[in-house]
Amino acid sequence: MPVELKMPALSPTMEEGTLAKWLVKEGDDVKSGDILAEIETDKATMEFEAVDEGKIAKILVPEGSEGVKVGQPIAILAGDGEQVSAPAAESVSVEQPKPASAETPSVPEPASQQDEATPTPHVFETAARDLVADVAATHDEPEVPEGTPLVTMTVREALRDAMAEEMRSDERVFVMGEEVAEYQGAYKVTQGLLDEFGPKRVVDTPITEYGFAGVGTGAAMGGLRPIVEFMTFNFAMQAIDHIINSAAKTNYMSGGQMRCPIVFRGPNGSAARVAAQHSQNYGSWYAHVPGLVVIAPYSAADAKGLLKAAIRTDDPVVFLENELLYGQHFDVPQLDDYVLPIGKARIVRPGKDVTIVSYSIGVGVALEAAQELMTQGINAEVIDLRTLRPLDKATVLDSLRRTNRMVVVEEGWPVCSIASEIISIAMTEGFDDLDAPVLRVTDKDVPLPYAANLEKLALIRASDVVEAAKAVTYR
Amino acid sequence: MARSAKKSAVAPETRGPDIPRPTQPKRYKASKEELLKLYREMLLIRRFEERAGQLYGLGLIGGFCHLYIGQEAVAVGLQSAMTVGKDSVITGYRDHGHMLAYGIDPKVIMAELTGREAGISKGKGGSMHMFSVDHGFYGGHGIVGAQVPLGTGLAFKHRYAEDGGVCLTYLGDGAVNQGQVYEAFNMAKLWDLPVIYAIENNQYAMGTSIKRSSAEPLLYRRGEAHRIPGLQIDGMDVLAVRGAADVALEWTRSGKGPIIIEFLTYRYRGHSMSDPAKYRTREEVQDVREHRDPISHAERDLLGMGVKEEDLKAIDKEIKDIVVEAAKFAEDTPEPAPSELYTDVLVGSY
Repeated sequence: MPVELKMPALSPTMEEGTLAKWLVKEGDDVKSGDILAEIETDKATMEFEAVDEGKIAKILVPEGSEGVKVGQPIAILAGDGEQVSAPAAESVSVEQPKPASAETPSVPEPASQQDEATPTPHVFETAARDLVADVAATHDEPEVPEGTPLVTMTVREALRDAMAEEMRSDERVFVMGEEVAEYQGAYKVTQGLLDEFGPKRVVDTPITEYGFAGVGTGAAMGGLRPIVEFMTFNFAMQAIDHIINSAAKTNYMSGGQMRCPIVFRGPNGSAARVAAQHSQNYGSWYAHVPGLVVIAPYSAADAKGLLKAAIRTDDPVVFLENELLYGQHFDVPQLDDYVLPIGKARIVRPGKDVTIVSYSIGVGVALEAAQELMTQGINAEVIDLRTLRPLDKATVLDSLRRTNRMVVVEEGWPVCSIASEIISIAMTEGFDDLDAPVLRVTDKDVPLPYAANLEKLALIRASDVVEAAKAVTYR
Repeated sequence: MARSAKKSAVAPETRGPDIPRPTQPKRYKASKEELLKLYREMLLIRRFEERAGQLYGLGLIGGFCHLYIGQEAVAVGLQSAMTVGKDSVITGYRDHGHMLAYGIDPKVIMAELTGREAGISKGKGGSMHMFSVDHGFYGGHGIVGAQVPLGTGLAFKHRYAEDGGVCLTYLGDGAVNQGQVYEAFNMAKLWDLPVIYAIENNQYAMGTSIKRSSAEPLLYRRGEAHRIPGLQIDGMDVLAVRGAADVALEWTRSGKGPIIIEFLTYRYRGHSMSDPAKYRTREEVQDVREHRDPISHAERDLLGMGVKEEDLKAIDKEIKDIVVEAAKFAEDTPEPAPSELYTDVLVGSY
């Protein structure tokens, strides 16, 4: 019987994609392994191969279609001599892409036709989707003078633009890392940089984190301004010796003689169903180290303004991005040179009843919780730390002075965390302002499990933040 | 079902072609004046280190202190071929000798050893962490092997800036077993970076002899898997070292990429001041001292060139005075002000 070919899920975060190109046409015979189409995911352009032999009876989704949902039928493959009738009308409709929320997660459709020859691909279950939903459901105003024109872009694009702008203005800036050049970035963050700046300044490395972190650090000592991309910060564990022993300590050990202006950047924290070795937040690890600047932005505007600042500063910077945020859209000021100050937290949402302190993707969760709290009569103030070292204590303590209650939200482990540090600061420097003990909402104290249900239990949730905020306000 | 595009067919190869190699270096033909200069530099290191050992015994130097006595010919011979201001140098924690050979003031080195504000790192680095960016001397690194990727990065900078410089990266027979060394070798050759890896094989990684630690004890061959040629040189003969330096510099400056030189050398003292060196016999040390000492070797050469013994004695006296003065300076000059505790952590203020 004819087989429906369905839009495949080609990456952990893919919910929909662009059917970029058909490489076959109706009437073509195909055999197993033939490439049928090119599909663009949020990360890359992938080839879609035939599994079964047959004849392309009908192409249901024309090339160039954006926003094709995972699991949607895109073509019909017929066996020898088979007649093909048109499929049900509703399954061929292509949704128009929604510019501001193209990657807004949706609840996966249940597989409806169980008796088919090919199983229906569907978006897998992950708690990461809830984190992303919190981000998408809340709004974040960038920090700009009134009247500044804004443009909507993803965090991914903002990071790329920051690097490109700094590379244009300073010859010493270059990018190195795994797949940054010809592959266009494992997460597409360096997309287009090779074309503009060439292989001298956009350098593909072997898979050798310890080695290239050291090479980058040495180049920085020699006077260049490297941006070292780690495919994820989990892999930077191999390189942490150079980040700490070589980069962070050099200026002090040399009595201020030898600078190390380098940016180590890449995604940090949990992604979607990638389990323990690919899902760790290193914020507190690096924030522990004197001699480092540690930045962990939430919005696209902050990502851009702070990455530009990180590239310019003379200190070594650990710049912690978040894979789940890469595809999220935010307003970014349209300015020639949008640079933000390092070491300054931001009040993302003013409020008076309780202060919720967070950073990176936790800010989305905090904002979502704040919306819910508002319906329950609690007006929460949300602070995005943005820089984890040096920490902007003043903004945190000032907010505490006004609300007298505090909750820290951190997508990461609880023990010896940024949350621990904020609690310590509140206790030692804001004790008289506290009307309740500071609570923290963090991931559970376990390696991140793979199973969807366990993953959900391990990660932070807005509802937990709501509960914590109610507890500290005694409601 | 779906995959990233890339197809390749690999034909198995049982044996790759040999790699390009430099000509075997010749012993440098030094003039009397040149050799006298090298001799003086080696002697300065010897006397400086002896004095540092004394100051350590007096409690004026703390922590770890790794002396270079016995290995002087390596640093002096190599540095004599480098161009200060164009080339760069980086080494591990046994760094006093390399700094002296590079012409850095003995006073500020000794003052760093005693932890004084006038020390080259304001007293904040100590024996293992000394730098002189003005001289292109990038440390002074305390983590075994870390200087190898860092030096490769300095070479990356030379090529990036097209400044004609070469990075001389020192490492020992201990560092050569670190994984990051091979990560660096791979990238250095992949990108043909101008870097010379000078392996100072003093036979013992702390207390573990090369035989007990290295499956391939011929360290000059350690680059073969990355197509980096290697030379093995007598590191106790300053002119042999200099001859090798010239060949290696020509190799790297002409764009042929990295090169390894293994120098067979020996340290007379323990690994650090706290090492009783029980892992080798007194006779072994004595034998090297008597038959292979680099300074005695140069002395014999100089006498053969017609230099008089009293001239050598005069040099010795002169060197002693320099070292005594450095030690006195290092004792008398003040410790860092308490306010220095918080300076130089970050460059920017945020």
